Amino acid sequence: MRILALDSSGLVATVAILEDEQTIAEYTVNYKKTHSQTLLPMLDEIVKMTEFDLASIDAIAVAGGPGSFTGLRIGSATAKGLGLALNKPLVHIPTVDGMAYNLFGNVGLICPMMDARRNQVYTGIYRFEKDFQVVEEQMAISVQELIEKLNAYGEKVTFLGDGVPVYRDQLEAGMTVEYCFAPAHMNRQSAAAVGALGMKYFEEGKVETAREHQPDYLRLSQAERERAEKNASLS
Amino acid sequence: MMTEEKDVLILAIESSCDETAASVVKNGREVLSNVISSQIELHKLYGGVVPEIASRKHIEKINQVIEEALAEANVTLDDLDAIGVTYGPGLVGALLVGVAEAKAIAFAKNLPLVGIHHIEGHISANYIENKELEPPFVCLVVSGGHTHLVCVKDYGKYEIIGRTRDDAAGEAFDKVARAIGLGYPGGPKIDKLSKEGNADAIVFPKAHISDAPYDFSFSGVKSAVLNYINGCKMKGEEYNNADIAASFQKAVTDVLVENAMRAVKEYGLSKFAIAGGVASNSTLRVAMKKACEENGVEFYHPSPIYCTDNAAMIGAAAYYEYIGGTRHGWDLNAVPNLKLGER
Repeated sequence: MRILALDSSGLVATVAILEDEQTIAEYTVNYKKTHSQTLLPMLDEIVKMTEFDLASIDAIAVAGGPGSFTGLRIGSATAKGLGLALNKPLVHIPTVDGMAYNLFGNVGLICPMMDARRNQVYTGIYRFEKDFQVVEEQMAISVQELIEKLNAYGEKVTFLGDGVPVYRDQLEAGMTVEYCFAPAHMNRQSAAAVGALGMKYFEEGKVETAREHQPDYLRLSQAERERAEKNASLS
Repeated sequence: MMTEEKDVLILAIESSCDETAASVVKNGREVLSNVISSQIELHKLYGGVVPEIASRKHIEKINQVIEEALAEANVTLDDLDAIGVTYGPGLVGALLVGVAEAKAIAFAKNLPLVGIHHIEGHISANYIENKELEPPFVCLVVSGGHTHLVCVKDYGKYEIIGRTRDDAAGEAFDKVARAIGLGYPGGPKIDKLSKEGNADAIVFPKAHISDAPYDFSFSGVKSAVLNYINGCKMKGEEYNNADIAASFQKAVTDVLVENAMRAVKEYGLSKFAIAGGVASNSTLRVAMKKACEENGVEFYHPSPIYCTDNAAMIGAAAYYEYIGGTRHGWDLNAVPNLKLGER
């Protein structure tokens, strides 16, 4: 089985090609250049480098959100365009699940966190016990709420993601259980992890058509939110 | 032996504002399909286009729109020669959806990618139904986001003669429509209401700009309308919305016609075209047609379906860019303030 995977949900742009139990190529850039200028040239590069036949893939796995709205749409539109052109299904990987899968086999809880602005993080809680388990599905909450949740579990926690440098002080001040921060080679989005999880989902039949796919933002747009608040205050 | 020229088939994608559109165009002038998914009903709730909502809608609709365009044209991606896509100007988040999608399709199918300027698309809409129209000509592009007077010197070669200094013409229509309670989008509503009004009832200023004879300013006339309404309200006087609509529309139209005709003469050309959403405005069309007849100028205009944002016009423009050798790389980005003639 061959999977093409991509994630452009945050600052990181990452693309990968996986075949059965190995990663054929992965290209990851953690730099401020816009995904519109990096993602497809990176894919082009690994396809050329590995003399890969794009038409031979079984599916396209994409980090489907949450994340930067624009970043998500660049990844989504790229996956949808590839799916349409190659006539292949998409596998929608919740962004935070994909990040947690980076830490396969970890002991204790895994807590990826992305800076979601407005004093919130996009996060979720995961563990490996025989298999990958989603303890709490991805969500947008304040760091304080997250700290309270994690302390209540009473287990060791491993943090990762671009929210860590932003909220490190708050975590250090608030965590009462043992915790650590994942090191540089596994603490950001990785398309290989998205692809590996994608392969698992694909085998479980969790696929969608390129036409159906759209990002899961976890948040309304500002205009919709304000309109809903206005309507709520009127009624 | 006769060699038959091969047809050039282009799939074009447009998502710069609030329409998700795809089209298949043959040889730049024959539209095989023209699919437009409009979000206008959604944005009416907010009184104008909300960029984030527009971008979300584009990503929901884009594959469906492209698939329909291919099916209607009865072609597959394997029949195509190139992919054309609008990459500016427009709303960056909206543009990015079309650009990323177009790039991925072109990449997967190993097809040339041709990025198109949205205004170049509007201008090229005139080629679709006027098979005999060729440059050089003067074109007035008027829409909700743009007011440009352009000399089309050749295919893909443009000189901007004049532009708006502030609001686009369509924007002024939207704002005046809101002021007299017509809602969004304002253009068609003002056009309709003005038919019941007297265009000479109120004299609104026609802003000319002294150092730039071809530039426009619509912010002044819009403010004059708002001041007029406020003045009436303060004095407790009644005012007639139809008269306001008709008089405002006349003030805008007169300036557009005057500048356009002056430009055609100055450049010594005999052909003039209009394009863009406001080019559907019936008063503007009638006035332009009359002025062209009086000046011995051939007048061209697209049907309303090609005036609104659509992808067929992008396909027409992409054909001429394609045969002219324009190609973009996989790093093509959306450029929200792209200048006409930049590549």
